[in-house]
Amino acid sequence: MGKSITIHINDKPYKVDPGQTIMQAADKLGFHIPRLCYHPKLSIEGACRVCIVEVEGMKNYVASCSYPVNDGMKIRTNTPELRRARRDIVELILDNHPLDCHICDRNGNCELQRLSYSMGIKARHFEGERKNYDEDLSSQAVVRNPNKCILCGRCVRICSEIQHVHNLSQAYRGFRTVVMPAYNMPFSESVCTTCGQCINVCPTAAFVEKSYTQELFERLNDPGLVKVVQFAPSVRAAIGEAFGLEPGHNMEGQLVAALRKLGFDYIFDTQFAADLTIMEEASEFLERIQNKGKLPMITSCSSAWMKCMEQFYPDLIDNVSTCKSPMSMNGAMIKSYFAEKIQVDPKKILSVAVMCCTAKKYEADRPELMFDGLRGVDIVVTTRETAWMIKSAGIDFLNIEPEKTDAPLGLSSGAGAIFGTTGGVMEAAIRTAYELYTGETLVDIELENIRGLQGIKEAAIQMDGQELRVAVAHGLGNACGLLDLVRMDPGRYQFVEIMGCPGGCIGGGGQPYAGANSIPLDEEVLQKRAKALYDLDRGKTIRRSHDNPDIQKLYREFLQRPLSATSHKYLHTHYQAKLPRGIIPDRAIY
Amino acid sequence: MSEITQEKMDQIKAYIDRVKQQPYPTSYLIAVLHYVQGLFGYVPREVMDFVAQEMNLPTAHIWGVATFYHYFNLKPIGKHVISVCMGTACYVKGAHDVLEAIKRELQIQVGQTSEDRLFTLQEARCLGACGIAPVIMIDGKIHGELTAKSVVELIHRYRKAARGKTA
Repeated sequence: MGKSITIHINDKPYKVDPGQTIMQAADKLGFHIPRLCYHPKLSIEGACRVCIVEVEGMKNYVASCSYPVNDGMKIRTNTPELRRARRDIVELILDNHPLDCHICDRNGNCELQRLSYSMGIKARHFEGERKNYDEDLSSQAVVRNPNKCILCGRCVRICSEIQHVHNLSQAYRGFRTVVMPAYNMPFSESVCTTCGQCINVCPTAAFVEKSYTQELFERLNDPGLVKVVQFAPSVRAAIGEAFGLEPGHNMEGQLVAALRKLGFDYIFDTQFAADLTIMEEASEFLERIQNKGKLPMITSCSSAWMKCMEQFYPDLIDNVSTCKSPMSMNGAMIKSYFAEKIQVDPKKILSVAVMCCTAKKYEADRPELMFDGLRGVDIVVTTRETAWMIKSAGIDFLNIEPEKTDAPLGLSSGAGAIFGTTGGVMEAAIRTAYELYTGETLVDIELENIRGLQGIKEAAIQMDGQELRVAVAHGLGNACGLLDLVRMDPGRYQFVEIMGCPGGCIGGGGQPYAGANSIPLDEEVLQKRAKALYDLDRGKTIRRSHDNPDIQKLYREFLQRPLSATSHKYLHTHYQAKLPRGIIPDRAIY
Repeated sequence: MSEITQEKMDQIKAYIDRVKQQPYPTSYLIAVLHYVQGLFGYVPREVMDFVAQEMNLPTAHIWGVATFYHYFNLKPIGKHVISVCMGTACYVKGAHDVLEAIKRELQIQVGQTSEDRLFTLQEARCLGACGIAPVIMIDGKIHGELTAKSVVELIHRYRKAARGKTA
């Protein structure tokens, strides 16, 4: 960083560091310049022109997101002419946008709507030609609606720059430009991993999740069904945001109570199944070590990562754990063990999962996860959809009396809770694997090295004189970086955790939209959500999966032991290479 | 011309291998697509897949480039390519009527290929033959001083020639 320079903003001098853009400098000084296509984690697009400012001596207004500060620069951010120009720009963006805010999925949660409000747009001066494309409803998880797209390119950038999936590009040109997969393929046939990050960053409703709320409301009223629900660790850490709370509140009790009010008969916890996953996964890992199986073993909980692996890393299929995800394990237990317990035909059970994830909708539909001709999970709804259902049913979520989950699939250890954040699965697995391997209890169970939001994290653990080397990556882009290391040097690690979304499940594609005062995938928000889960872990007396008494009971009564034939039938699966084969370029191309 | 043969794929691979020796090989994508179109008359989807694998470029990126430029044909083109000059001189001299006559005769719009795969219709800005406006170009050969009537006769001659060859 060089010597600081002086710039003037709205006629007042400020000392700032050189080498940054006008927007970055202004942000630090408390001037929030309106913006749309800009996202601090993505490359600069400069497409929307909403962030224009006046710079003395320049003929035209400049886009502050891409223009660097210079010494002596005189910037104005709020003159009447500039305000008019900015308003015109937003009006022009709106001129071919559908006028259907009141029936839109993003109603009340739309950046374009907020921008239109803050620009003071009171009338439509331009009536442009409307876009008239079909919605792409082919995917089980992600819906693409080009009619709502304003071509800011955030989805294209997050898909390529953060996730390295490169499923999207802006095809054709001018007014006919459409964001689409290669060859305008339906999403279901594209390399989309269904992670849903395009939904998180979309300022409008050009990308939304495939919604199953209406169907769920209807089936909740079917008297012939036993209605069972499970919810993921990260949902409780984020759902409060959809009701106006600051990030980081653990709303587990309120969520359980609200789900019961919605009409569910049994409320189970995916954290219980996370403990179950750890029992199987840690045992599988030790078996691989003892029998010289394929190493490093790679976790298989993240459904977006599973699809990514099948398309981009089919050579690593044998490295991936055969364990199903916690959601699918719980689904399998609900329709076998639990169905037996309550003596109900599993076909009469409606198994619902409340997930922070859009990819779980895809996962629930995977044929390779079926058993006895049954799906473990019938309907997956995201945190967002669930929040909407609670609001729509008139439940006072914030003031509801907290309630507890039901037995036998509801009790969880602290290890199950931290599954929702990057590094959590690894930490939970080590807590159990260490004890299974050495016969001693691991005392120092908080593995700081693999916590936090660094892209790739490593740790070494001493187990009976042996060094266990592990690595953790979150976000598919970081995962690609880590897996390229694994491809080059397979002996480098013994155990690798991959989560498809930035921050792990807490940053999932189904989490509440960023509010007016935050941005999608804000690191501070992710950290607060993670902290809620770590606090949950710390607050529990049982912090190791194998100490969970209901897990022990499940093995006693039904599964016998980890990796038993029954376990294999219900809890394990195999994946296969998929086409089209994804391509990860050697270097950034944008 | 439009069939995908092993020989053509080998040629493309050799071309890409040469490109890979250059600095910034991915910047040669347009050149590669140009070469592909030269071989097939259009850019087939299977070949875009192949180029993606060989150049290590995401297919969506290639699709974005191929659709951005009007030059690239994404469907097989006809045996003859008709370019109608819509430059100022030709326009003033009735290029619009000529274009409409062709559309009517071939039952296609600009950018499309006739059902018998004989003709593909394109617009051009200025072909530089303003002295004999209005002009059209068929496969690189200029035909000038056309009318809505004479252009149809011209198309008939091409049709007859094509039938003669296949018979």
